[in-house]
Amino acid sequence: MSRLSIDNLSRVFPGMRGGAPTRALEPTNLGVGDNDFVTILGPSGCGKSTLLRLVAGLDRPTSGRILLDGRPVSAPGPDRGMVFQSYTLFPWLTVADNIAFGLREKGVEAAVRAATVDAWIERIGLAGFAHHYPKQLSGGMQQRTAIARALANDPAILLLDEPFGALDNQTRALMQEMLLGIWERDAKTVLFVTHDIEEAIFLASRVVVMSARPGRIKADLRIDLPHPRHYTIKTSAEFSALKARLTEEIRAEAVLAAAAH
Amino acid sequence: MTPLAPISNSARVVLGILFFVLFFAAWSFATFGGYVSATFLADPLTMLMEGWLLLVKQGFAFDIGITIWRVLGGFVMAALLAVPIGILMGAYKPIEAFLEPFVSFARYLPASAFIPLLILWAGIGEMQKLLVIFIGSVFQIVLMVAVTVGGVRRDLVEAALTLGARDRGILARVLVPASAPAIAEIARLVLGWAWTYVIIAELIGSSSGIGHMITDSQALLATGQIIFGILVIGVIGLISDYLFKSANRWLFPWSLA
Repeated sequence: MSRLSIDNLSRVFPGMRGGAPTRALEPTNLGVGDNDFVTILGPSGCGKSTLLRLVAGLDRPTSGRILLDGRPVSAPGPDRGMVFQSYTLFPWLTVADNIAFGLREKGVEAAVRAATVDAWIERIGLAGFAHHYPKQLSGGMQQRTAIARALANDPAILLLDEPFGALDNQTRALMQEMLLGIWERDAKTVLFVTHDIEEAIFLASRVVVMSARPGRIKADLRIDLPHPRHYTIKTSAEFSALKARLTEEIRAEAVLAAAAH
Repeated sequence: MTPLAPISNSARVVLGILFFVLFFAAWSFATFGGYVSATFLADPLTMLMEGWLLLVKQGFAFDIGITIWRVLGGFVMAALLAVPIGILMGAYKPIEAFLEPFVSFARYLPASAFIPLLILWAGIGEMQKLLVIFIGSVFQIVLMVAVTVGGVRRDLVEAALTLGARDRGILARVLVPASAPAIAEIARLVLGWAWTYVIIAELIGSSSGIGHMITDSQALLATGQIIFGILVIGVIGLISDYLFKSANRWLFPWSLA
């Protein structure tokens, strides 16, 4: 049974000042199964973030529909947790209060809330930082908190929009391992947008490649690398073969995208 | 000097004081040197002496107190009304569309031009002074707060939406806390303007207050007293600024590094 199903979803942005409308997303179909980790890979401007924002309910589609566990998506909600590329922790709340935000909105009682928050702070390795403000944290720590904030809400699906895009390579690798560790243990349904091929393969149980503007799905690839995955898998022959194949797919699109801009 | 290069704290204090020293030196030079007639500009010593006499002999402290009370009274009235309206305008576009054109228009009506009308309506009592400050402050606060709240980072609002926040949650737990430091800063700024309105209100139809003392001194050609009155306002402004800044540091530690 498919947890998330996207039927003929498209998004056209109206033209600015009488210009031609932008077809950000061509009618797209995609099914995401229960506990699937799907990474959406594509060059910038391919509509992958648009697709994610539509699933989150932050944008309205021009046509088509999105079903989550059979219910149509029409507005943002706590069943679809999201982690953004920009740092979106609430700067006036401490790490603990940021993680508790969604639970507070739900009306979860204080004792339960505190226990959940403590558990998440422990899991993301931020023990001792519970009462720090976001400004006092590094970029990696902020994104870890943002992931914990989304997951503390126990969403049906976790959406991530290039969450590690602004981090340095080493931090990014550690974050990928942490996220994968959480997924391997908690078995969440995840939709993860990235333009980093290695990241897409390492994390995914399925990689979906999107084409350049107008965005549409070009390839859909199962990743059968074994779990639990260790970072050393990135140097394996199997990984390299996948990487070579996806590099070809993406390169063609990047060339098209560069020509169109 | 290197652009944007920081300086030490002690250098900052010394340089800040240095300007006051130069200012008083230039003033002393002009007055004690006899370059400016004492009728038009008193020298610093005369100013301090006349100021002292004002305080101990003529109850100037009471005038200062009454002026502070008027500024705070009118300002608090304005803020209590304007901040909620500004927040609602910034958050809800229909309310903004409804009020924004009028507030933008009203903002340009000079508070001082209302004084004759307010004297007719409210007499020359306290209410008239408070109303001048109220009119001078309320529209400014509404507009600036509305712009601040409307400019809250969209991605923070979106993050809150994906965490399950609904309309009132967004308003109370995202828009308001996110704009709180900027609103405090607006209050600090507008309070400074309120000091201008209060003096104008006191120059016309008043029997007490710093402004009243200044008009009286003009009739007596006591330029020392006038300057002392002006300096007192400056010092009070400096103190209130300092209090505001410390309060902000204490209230919003998260907005600082």
